[in-house]
Amino acid sequence: MREKITDKETYLNRRVFIRAATLAGTATATTLIYRRLNPRPVEPVPGEKLAAAPNSSQTEALKNGAVNKEQLTPFESITNYNNFYEFDTSKDGVASAAKGFVTKPWQVSVEGLANKPRVFDLDELLKFPLEQRVYRLRCVEGWSMVIPWIGFPLSKLLEKVEPTSQARYVAFQTLLDPQRMPNQRTGVLQWPYVEGLRLDEAMHPLTILATGLYDETLPPQDGAPIRLVVPWKYGFKSIKSVVKITLVADEPPTTWNIESPDEYGFYSNVNPNVPHPRWSQATERRIGEYGRRNTLLFNGYGEQVAHLYQGMDLVKNF
Amino acid sequence: MTFPKLIVFINSLIPLALLLWDLYRKRVGPNPLEFATHTTGMLTLIFLCLALAITPLRKIFGLNSLVKYRRMIGLFAFFYGSLHLLTYVWFDRQFKLLSTVEDVARRPFILVGMTAFVLMVPLAITSTNRMVKRLGGKAWARLHRLVYLAGVAGVVHFWMLVKSDTRLPLTFAFIVLFLLGYRILEKYSPPPTNPQTSLFPRE
Repeated sequence: MREKITDKETYLNRRVFIRAATLAGTATATTLIYRRLNPRPVEPVPGEKLAAAPNSSQTEALKNGAVNKEQLTPFESITNYNNFYEFDTSKDGVASAAKGFVTKPWQVSVEGLANKPRVFDLDELLKFPLEQRVYRLRCVEGWSMVIPWIGFPLSKLLEKVEPTSQARYVAFQTLLDPQRMPNQRTGVLQWPYVEGLRLDEAMHPLTILATGLYDETLPPQDGAPIRLVVPWKYGFKSIKSVVKITLVADEPPTTWNIESPDEYGFYSNVNPNVPHPRWSQATERRIGEYGRRNTLLFNGYGEQVAHLYQGMDLVKNF
Repeated sequence: MTFPKLIVFINSLIPLALLLWDLYRKRVGPNPLEFATHTTGMLTLIFLCLALAITPLRKIFGLNSLVKYRRMIGLFAFFYGSLHLLTYVWFDRQFKLLSTVEDVARRPFILVGMTAFVLMVPLAITSTNRMVKRLGGKAWARLHRLVYLAGVAGVVHFWMLVKSDTRLPLTFAFIVLFLLGYRILEKYSPPPTNPQTSLFPRE
């Protein structure tokens, strides 16, 4: 019988060993669960360098009020913090979900109340004289960035199709393709994503179609290959991955307005005096900064765009 | 502290350690302050659910010994809730009292979250053995039913703040609903039948 009794030292060693193993095992499991629920941001895939550097004239930019001396938001932040529900509803998750999104071939149909409606190939769109536009982007969620877009004024495209006199609004539509935009298989929003502008807003020189940022083609997570940028409105108005632009007579439906009419109006001009029911619009966090800045009316572009809304009640037409 | 309790304690602190480590190494994305707020909020809900799960687990699986960890898990819910509140008051309001009061009043989801936190305060204060004795077991148990309200308020707070993708808040809602529903069903179900009168008598 004697050999069956474990001596005290072995017993204690075994006990210590089991305890250490339990601790290590559970700690590893907890770490893995945490990592699973909180994936780290992925490294952004570098985009293609733009073939031609933007040959923008600074004078044109100055005239448009598009010169911005604020510190640019780093490329890594612009490409890893995105609201693009077609790919993922978490801002950190869009970059990896959009990886490999195929944007060639790509066409944009410009149709509706126009004398010369037609379909534009992406290559054709890239031949418009490209400019760099450094714009503030203010998200309705209360954060902001400063982004050096590459693009051209939307008016240049609309002029080509010659809008008729009945055209008063412009409707935009994002690609609908659940194969390539996997989150379109869910019902988090009504697909395809649609947006709209009044014709005078669309023709305003600050309104651009962007095809790049910094000196690269637009990364998928930022709306490749072509997106709208309307700097004085909340970010969701600047529709991404556009395939269709329609000139229409009446105010077109817009996705977030359909989703929640009390929270997101058709105009959605940046306005610190109109609080959102769930976010303070008086202030914003500039990505990369500690603390909050005061939000500016029309996102600071009032001098250029306020005249568009003369006599309008901006609280009612939020 | 017994060894099993130590295991629970260390594992409960691991998420905080990982969060701080990621913050230190700047591996938390472009908006670290928001990340810290979201993560601590999520941890509060998880620990609230774990605390609420103890009683059903004990009764369904007969794991009575789990009750030993309930206080610690509940206190961790309060701990992460306090951190969550701290990130908001610090990063979002820069410790400005007036601005915080204004913001809480203006934004319903923050008011609801604040309510959940306030409900947890008396539970944390009365968590010691001495307080249980002072209050008496029955009164203490009645007071600690506030945790049900805190759980519901926490989930509502989460649900109110998401824009359109409610899948995650709904998941938490189902968990809390199940854990609270179990208690209600148990309370109103007939006492267990004794073997003699069971459906399949062993004769």
